[in-house]
Amino acid sequence: MKEITVLSGKGGAGKTSITAALASLAQNAVFCDNDVDASDLHLILKPEIKETHQFDSGSLAFINQETCTKCRTCQDVCRFEAIFTNNDGSPEVNPLQCEGCRLCERLCPADAIQTHQNLNNNWYVSYTRFGAMVHAKMGVGEENSGKLVTRIREKAREIALENKADFVLNDGPPGIGCTAISSITGTNAVLLVIEPTVSGLHDAKRLVELVNSFQVPICAIINKYDINTEFTATVESYLKENKIVLVGKIPFSKMFVESILVEKSLIEFAPNHPISLNLKSIWKMIRQLLISKTCFQ
Amino acid sequence: MQIAIASGKGGTGKTTVSVNLYYFLSVKYNNKVQLIDCDVEEPNDMLFFPQAKKKSETEVYTIVPEIDKAKCTFCKKCAVWCEFNAISIVKNLKFAEVNYDLCHSCGACFEACTFDALKQIENPLGRISEYQTTFGAGIMEGRLEIGSAMQTALIKKVKKQASTGQTITLLDAPPGTSCPVVETVANADYVILVTEPTPFGLHDLKIAVEVLKELKKPFGVIVNKAGLGNNDVYQFLKENNITLVGNIPFSKNYAANYSRGDLFENIPAELEKSYHTIVDQLQLIIS
Ligand code: SF4
Ligand code: SF4
Ligand code: SF4
Ligand code: SF4
Repeated sequence: MKEITVLSGKGGAGKTSITAALASLAQNAVFCDNDVDASDLHLILKPEIKETHQFDSGSLAFINQETCTKCRTCQDVCRFEAIFTNNDGSPEVNPLQCEGCRLCERLCPADAIQTHQNLNNNWYVSYTRFGAMVHAKMGVGEENSGKLVTRIREKAREIALENKADFVLNDGPPGIGCTAISSITGTNAVLLVIEPTVSGLHDAKRLVELVNSFQVPICAIINKYDINTEFTATVESYLKENKIVLVGKIPFSKMFVESILVEKSLIEFAPNHPISLNLKSIWKMIRQLLISKTCFQ
Repeated sequence: MQIAIASGKGGTGKTTVSVNLYYFLSVKYNNKVQLIDCDVEEPNDMLFFPQAKKKSETEVYTIVPEIDKAKCTFCKKCAVWCEFNAISIVKNLKFAEVNYDLCHSCGACFEACTFDALKQIENPLGRISEYQTTFGAGIMEGRLEIGSAMQTALIKKVKKQASTGQTITLLDAPPGTSCPVVETVANADYVILVTEPTPFGLHDLKIAVEVLKELKKPFGVIVNKAGLGNNDVYQFLKENNITLVGNIPFSKNYAANYSRGDLFENIPAELEKSYHTIVDQLQLIIS
């Protein structure tokens, strides 16, 4: 079983559309949406939820106004400026700023503070027409998304081993923060989707730095390459210099949007279109790279 | 006046809209407009200002503990107080270690240790840079140390450093709806959500709207890449009484300009027109 994570650094490079296309090509795979903040893969894969699990996303302090003596200790010690004076002149916790460190609770002389666990995040195991899928929904402004990504990837791997699936396909989050880190750790390869734009390349470079620090092999797709063929050449030479295998280039096409409008992957929407054939050969190449492994140096 | 520009998901054109608004608002408000790139994981706004001059650069740090093994009694109290599992103590082995990747810099361990065995040291969080652009009051960006998970802490520091006294401060938020975005919009007077008329755009817009409603923030929506996709997003705005601040038509030529980092020269007339409309709309909203 091999695990591959699709990432792009910048959002909007077409990562989810490409993941969905690959999902419909990869037979015998488990899908995992690592973009727990703004997951979109389910809009195409239409998962039918089979199991729902809760996830602890840290804690939140709560002040009991009846026992509070308004000594302000809590306000002074909170390094996150999460405690403010409300209209009644009493200290109150701003739930969006509190990191749940429990320092205020521990130092409150009146024992007026209690910290509760937040169980605002859910994750799911689902069926899709292409195979099992693990995905999640974060509560508003919740933390610990990195841990949630680690948790759902674990589950996806477990299912893949149970079902003897060949692949786990992770649709990664944007950025290079904690969720990206969690989605790279321990994966067999990263598939980078790059848009030939100044910001697309800039973000891809930062991401490559991060992925390299985990020593995970990378291959790349240039999406919408015909938007600016000159810049595409720049991207290509960057990839070459960094020994990143370019598995394919895909032109800009409104068909991606059209296929999403009818909740289909591009492969299902237009199986014989040149872009679909292109995606098929890309998938074949990725498979080979993953299986031979030696191609990644 | 602080206006945050957020988007629920990446790739809707938030950066383009932020940078263009910075330009068009600067024209309108006598250059008293500042842009702050709060997407500290991937700050991109400056890519569109290759001529800008750097005015300052500051390294910023968080305070983390360092254990002085000569003083440490391995009593473990600090480890018990650390809610983030950043401290490991093994008494028998006289082992004491801090994992800086997990430390939130909350300060609990310092309060816990009664043996004066913890020293406060600085852990690099990132850099804050300020640039002078040919128009406007300048751009500030925060750039997170690669591998750090402390976006929120850096965004807080960037916002603190932002110069006051501008008529308008634009905050370009990170993508998504989690804590860094909440931190960015926390003190904003108004939030603009940038979306695109596709099922992905609409889905993520709905989540962002939920977040802003929970935060009780006034907000409006700009539909970018109008014409690409369908009308569901407009239907949604109408049904939920959400202000449509503006429409920016999709243009493949403009996408090519953007790919080169070229935004203000050669802006198509129809796009310029939509930005003027947006600026007028915003003026009404602000006043
Ligand atoms: S430390 Fe405790 S008693 Fe003092 S103001 Fe805070 S909640 Fe109230
Ligand atoms: S738990 Fe920590 S972050 Fe939350 S209010 Fe108390 S001191 Fe502040
Ligand atoms: S500062 Fe807070 S998070 Fe960091 S080690 Fe100390 S107790 Fe743990
Ligand atoms: S609380 Fe102080 S003395 Fe006790 S284990 Fe921690 S650092 Fe050592």
